[in-house]
Formats: sequence, C-alpha cells, structure tokens
Amino acid sequence: MDYFIQIVTDLLPGLNGLPQWLVIPSIMFLFGALIFTGIAIYSLIILWFERKIAAHMQDRLGPMEVGGWHGWLQTVADAVKLLLKEDIIPAVADRKLFKLAPYIVFLAAFAVFAALPFSDKIIGSELNIGIFYILSVSSVGVVGILMAGWGSNNKWALFGSMRSVAQFVSYEIPIGLSILVVVMSVGSLSMRDIVMAQDGGIFNWMIWQNAPFNFIAFLILFIAGTAETNRVPFDIPEAESELVAGFHVEYSGMRFSIFFLAEYANMLAVGIIASTLFLGGWQGITGASSAPGIGLIWMLLKGFLIVLVMIWFRWTLPRLRVDQLMYVCWKVLVPISFFNMVGAGIWIGLSS
Amino acid sequence: MESFVFYIFALMTITGGWIVIYSRNLIYSAFSLLITFVGLAGLYGLLMADFIAATQILIYAGAVLILLLFGIMLTARKTSIEITQSNLPRLPGAIISSLIFLLLMVVIFSEPNWNSATNPGVRETVPMIGKLLMTKYLIPFELASILLLAALIGSVFIARREES
Repeated sequence: MDYFIQIVTDLLPGLNGLPQWLVIPSIMFLFGALIFTGIAIYSLIILWFERKIAAHMQDRLGPMEVGGWHGWLQTVADAVKLLLKEDIIPAVADRKLFKLAPYIVFLAAFAVFAALPFSDKIIGSELNIGIFYILSVSSVGVVGILMAGWGSNNKWALFGSMRSVAQFVSYEIPIGLSILVVVMSVGSLSMRDIVMAQDGGIFNWMIWQNAPFNFIAFLILFIAGTAETNRVPFDIPEAESELVAGFHVEYSGMRFSIFFLAEYANMLAVGIIASTLFLGGWQGITGASSAPGIGLIWMLLKGFLIVLVMIWFRWTLPRLRVDQLMYVCWKVLVPISFFNMVGAGIWIGLSS
Repeated sequence: MESFVFYIFALMTITGGWIVIYSRNLIYSAFSLLITFVGLAGLYGLLMADFIAATQILIYAGAVLILLLFGIMLTARKTSIEITQSNLPRLPGAIISSLIFLLLMVVIFSEPNWNSATNPGVRETVPMIGKLLMTKYLIPFELASILLLAALIGSVFIARREES
C-alpha cells in the first residue's frame, strides 16, 4: 500500500497540500476501485475463455459472431445485456434480505483481495496474519448465500444455499489444515514472508519442500478450493438437474451478475492463494526479478493457470452426489490432511 | 482518524445489537448479528489484536452465526418466511439490565487507578499467543479441546441413533 500511495503522490504533487486524513483514505479507495475494475475485466476475459475451452473440448466452436475474431466481444455483450435487464424481485420474497444478499457475497469475495500479494510491492495490506485474515473473511460470504436462499422464499433456493453452506463449512477444514503445513514450514502467517521463504527459483518453491507432505497439501488445497468456489465437480449447490440454479435461482439482471462476479473473483482468489503458498508467488521460475511489472505478470500467470485447470475440471469430471460430496470431504480429505499435517510436523522437527 | 473509525465500528456493534433485540422477525435478528460481529472484530483490530479480530470473524460470523441460522431455518415452518419473536416481559428485563449496567459502572468507577498502557504499535501477536497457549494456559487449552471433542462425539452419536 505504501508503494501505491507513493506512486500516486508522485504523479499528483498537488496532493501534498491536502490533509493526510483525506488523502490516504481516498488513495486506498482508488486502489480498491482499481482492483474492482481488474476483477470485472478478468471475469469477462475468463468467461470467454471458459466458453471457448468448453466448446473445443466438446468439439464445437463456441461463440464466433460477436466482435469478429472468434467472438471475443461475446461476454462484453452478455454483460451489457445483464446490466440492462429488468431486475425482478419475487412478490413473496423477503425484499430486504433479497436485495442485500449479493452485496454481502461479493463483499466477502472482494475483501479477500485486500491481503493478496500481487507483487512484492502491489499488496493492499501487508497483514501479519495475512493468510488467516483471508481464511476468516472469506467465510462471511456464507452468510450472504444463506441470506439469498432464505430471502428468495423458494425451496430450490433454500436447498441450494443450505447445500452450499454445508459444503463451504466442511471444506474449510481441509483448506485450513493444508495451509497450516505451509505456515509450519515458513513459521509465519504473513503472505509476504511466505513468498520470501520460496526465494531462488523453481526448486525452492513450497510445493517441493518437506518431501511429499507439501505436495499433498497443495493437492488438498486445490481440490477443496475448487469445492469452496462451487465449481464442478463440486457444484451441487447449483446442480441444474435437481435444483434449477441453486441459491441464485430467483435473481436476475444486475444482482445475478454480482453473484457471478463473486464466483469468478473467488476462483481467481483461490488461484492466487494457491500460487502464493505453493508456487512461489510473484517470483519467476528463475527467482525474483527486480523489474517492476514482472512480479505482477508472474502472479497473474500462475493465478490464471490454476483457474484454467479449474475450467478444465469442469468439462472433464461429472458432478458428485450430495452424500458423495460429504464423503469426499469428511472421510477422505480431512483424515488425509490430518495425517499430512502430523507427518509434515515430524519431518520439519527432524530436519531442523 | 482513529477515533472516527472507532465510532463507526462502535455504531455498527450497537446497531446490530439493537436490531437483534428489537426486530420482530427472528431471521433479521440472526442476520444482524453479522453486523455486531464485524463491528466487534473492527474494535479488536483497533486495539492491535489482529489475530483476535480475524478469529472473531472466523468463529462467530463463519461458524456460530451459521449454526444459529441453520437452527432457525430447519426448525421453522417451511411454508412461511414469517418467524416472529416478541419481548414480552419488558419491565423486568429493563430493571435487570439497568441494574447490571449500574453494577458495572460502580465497579468501573470505584477502581481509582486504571493502568493505561501506551499503544504498542503493530507487532506480531500470533507467536505470543501460541507460546502462552503451550505454556501458561496449557491445561485450560487442553480442557477446552477435550470438551469440544466430547461435544463432537455426542452429536455424531445422537445423529446416528436417529437414523436406525
């Protein structure tokens, strides 16, 4: 944040005359607006990617018309359509909760980005407890999902939201345990310290440390992260064949697109968290570069790569049933991650 | 600046609590607990207790509130979103709470010398908490985990017996 404040004050020297309590919050607001715009543009791009990848995996062409070259404007047109669409609120819905829900879901997804390190200087807030903050703030989104399900006053929406919440709360446990493995090897919760501990090329990345344990932790984090963002094969909350569309079945127009934005923001957040913890964060394959923009490019590349693998999952794997979903979490992932954590602890204790 | 942020969080906490008590819709009461919890977390953050602040959100907003909401939603009549609550015994409630408030004030103001610490600034609280939990407060910590384990086993037992 300090770096960003410095850049802005260098660009606009007139700001120095204004009082501090006005300048600093407005620069922070500007940073937030930049991140918000970034998320919006990213979701347009990744949505187009997803549709093209899906189409080619199924031997189709996908969107080809809008914008000329391979339908690159298709998602922009869809976004404009969503913005202009009528915003319908069901007559029997609980209006207050119905209106408030999308914002809480998005707020939780957006607040995570405050602590994500995009490069060694571009980071919203360098918290001592960075990764723990991310874990705790992201759990607020669950309240918004419940609010949407209840406020819609629709049984499919309520079922969808309950499933989603049960899934989120369950998969939070393996995520926490696999993050603990990294925290134990680094000895810090700060995102910056975690990336700094992986200094010096691809073989120092956290994924290769502590023999097999960190690699298993990465796999668990990735699987559980896919589940937390309600992606296939864990998209039981919005299973079209049984629940129509899950907790956002009654939403249309702008409010629906906010849910959508939150889902794609969460995907990017999972990608960036996984690559920060295990894949060296903003450091390149040969180590950190001193050039200013390189760190950001590496970070986004790694984040996008993980998001693309999630999309690949979606068009490869069939959806799990509700009981299978809970089985995978409580009887497979949780025991494995417990043993993994104990094993990593013993390994770290013996090797130090 | 800091006091301004303090008043925002304090206002959030109190407003949330007000809605919890006075809303006639039980669901609104439950959801407005979120405002209270976030406001409280903000207050902890202002006191430089960052770990406590994050834990507050994770445990209360992410777990306790969800449990409460599940409880309300699973026990309510499915056909209606109207679940009302009423605060019937108003007078005794008002008397008891004002007595408690009075008692608190008496205790607070009868202590003449409060130790005022200077603001320690941003520091790493997690290692300190961890060390204290593993040394000075080891027995309470372990007792709490045994209690939680017992509750967990008990709930699994109850859930399984209903199944058969």
